[in-house]
Amino acid sequence: MNLHEFLPPPGEMARRRGPHDRIVMSSRVRLARNIKDAPFPGWAKKPDRLRALGIIRPAVEGLPEMTGAFSELMENLPALDRQILVERHLISREHAARSAGSGLVLSRDESLCVMINEEDHLRMQALRPGLQFKQAWAAIDQFDSALEQRLEYAFSPQLGYLTACPTNVGTGIRVSAMLHLPGLVLAEQINPVIQSVNKLGLAVRGLYGEGTEALGNVFQVSNQMTLGESETTLVERLDKVVSQLIDHEENARALLLEKKPKDVLNHIGRAFGVLANAHRISSKETMNLLSLMRLGIDLEMFPGVDRALTDELFILVQPYHLQKQHAEKLSGDERDLLRADMLRERLKIVSRPVPRPPGATSAATEPPTEE
Amino acid sequence: MLCCVCKQKEATVHLTQIEGEKVHKVDLCEDCAKQKGVNDPTGFALADLLLGIGAAQDFEQAGGGKELRCPRCGFTQADFKKSGRLGCPQCYPTFAEGLAGLLKSMHKGTQHVGKVPAALQQSRDASERMKALQKKLAKAIEEENFEQAAVLRDEIKQLTPRLAPPRPVPAT
Repeated sequence: MNLHEFLPPPGEMARRRGPHDRIVMSSRVRLARNIKDAPFPGWAKKPDRLRALGIIRPAVEGLPEMTGAFSELMENLPALDRQILVERHLISREHAARSAGSGLVLSRDESLCVMINEEDHLRMQALRPGLQFKQAWAAIDQFDSALEQRLEYAFSPQLGYLTACPTNVGTGIRVSAMLHLPGLVLAEQINPVIQSVNKLGLAVRGLYGEGTEALGNVFQVSNQMTLGESETTLVERLDKVVSQLIDHEENARALLLEKKPKDVLNHIGRAFGVLANAHRISSKETMNLLSLMRLGIDLEMFPGVDRALTDELFILVQPYHLQKQHAEKLSGDERDLLRADMLRERLKIVSRPVPRPPGATSAATEPPTEE
Repeated sequence: MLCCVCKQKEATVHLTQIEGEKVHKVDLCEDCAKQKGVNDPTGFALADLLLGIGAAQDFEQAGGGKELRCPRCGFTQADFKKSGRLGCPQCYPTFAEGLAGLLKSMHKGTQHVGKVPAALQQSRDASERMKALQKKLAKAIEEENFEQAAVLRDEIKQLTPRLAPPRPVPAT
């Protein structure tokens, strides 16, 4: 099946809602698993990798959650499609670079995604919009329990699930959330906040994970330790920490509005001005300015504009998504021109930001969400 | 500044890796840099960067100076030093000694807590129940409570087949 027919358009993805999604863009729980008596993918020779793939792929495809799934070998996916998957946070950059013997199985609603022969034989994740760690853990736990009926995992009573890298051994779990924290960045509180999160044994990374910058004020918070603590303990800790980060971000926004309303409006107005009028713009600058515009929408400075507008643009302005909309191969410079064209077109209907209506409270702007 | 590996010679090669807010710095003298293959990035001890400075060395020393090799997959300590990854599940017992310190420094504990594959959990539960039943049986016999002993004996008989771990259904 064609990946582009399978993946929903960015506009549809941007309208998916979850609890606290004005700050928590998504929650994800990933498990690393390996099958018994087989070398890990990074050390395995090609025939071993193919053998593991031959065992794992049908077992994953056969689970009820994977009815109507997209299942493909990485080598059969064009390079552009792989990068689209990275930009949608469905596969890792490392997995995009792998070829023979690696595969991907993606559930119909993309809430479950299994990478086969990444660093481990199995990297499976459950993804949910907004703050939904418990739901994501429940989903992947159930999926994993069903899969273990069909595969024999490498497991040791002392060390738990055995993984290629000793940093993942034990539960093999990574619980993470993507947070939009423009208030803390503007208030220059982000570094101490990151440091205190680090002290709790949690990692804070950029938009695309390990070793990347926090483009668009989006930060990824996740656990680092996997041995010696249960999955539920970690899920609860992350839930608590992220809830506190939400409070910090809301406080930072409220304080900025109270103390420096002109500065806030100035930042957001300038961001909008550039986005709506530029003729050449890089993806990095776009992400950073869209972040400010998203903040403006949260603060009701763009009456009648839905957050889905900026969230869709967040996806569309990325280099490979932009390339996908054009048949011919684009250079970086051409992309910067086309990106600006698209932004001017999309933002034509948006009026410039207005000062916040008096008496508006930041809590009132949070729409009711289903739990 | 002294070389962070040999701690004797002046460091002339400086490497910096930034990961999120964390900055890893490695300062090496020319000899150690050469030895670690810094000029050839693929040969450099990635383990040091990924797992912390000295990780690869701790790992090596655990072998007591002799080169360990995984009997299952042929993976060696030198391979670990290069990649920071292990070769197969059997590498864990093979390199247990070298891993012990590493795991202790990077994790909360050294004993797995949390999910256990159901098949394993069931057989573990069954064997614990079996132990308890046998204890009770011995006590019943000692007390000449033969009626209860007969009941216990039947329970043990019932539990026995469940002790062998059930094989998972092979993937089709």
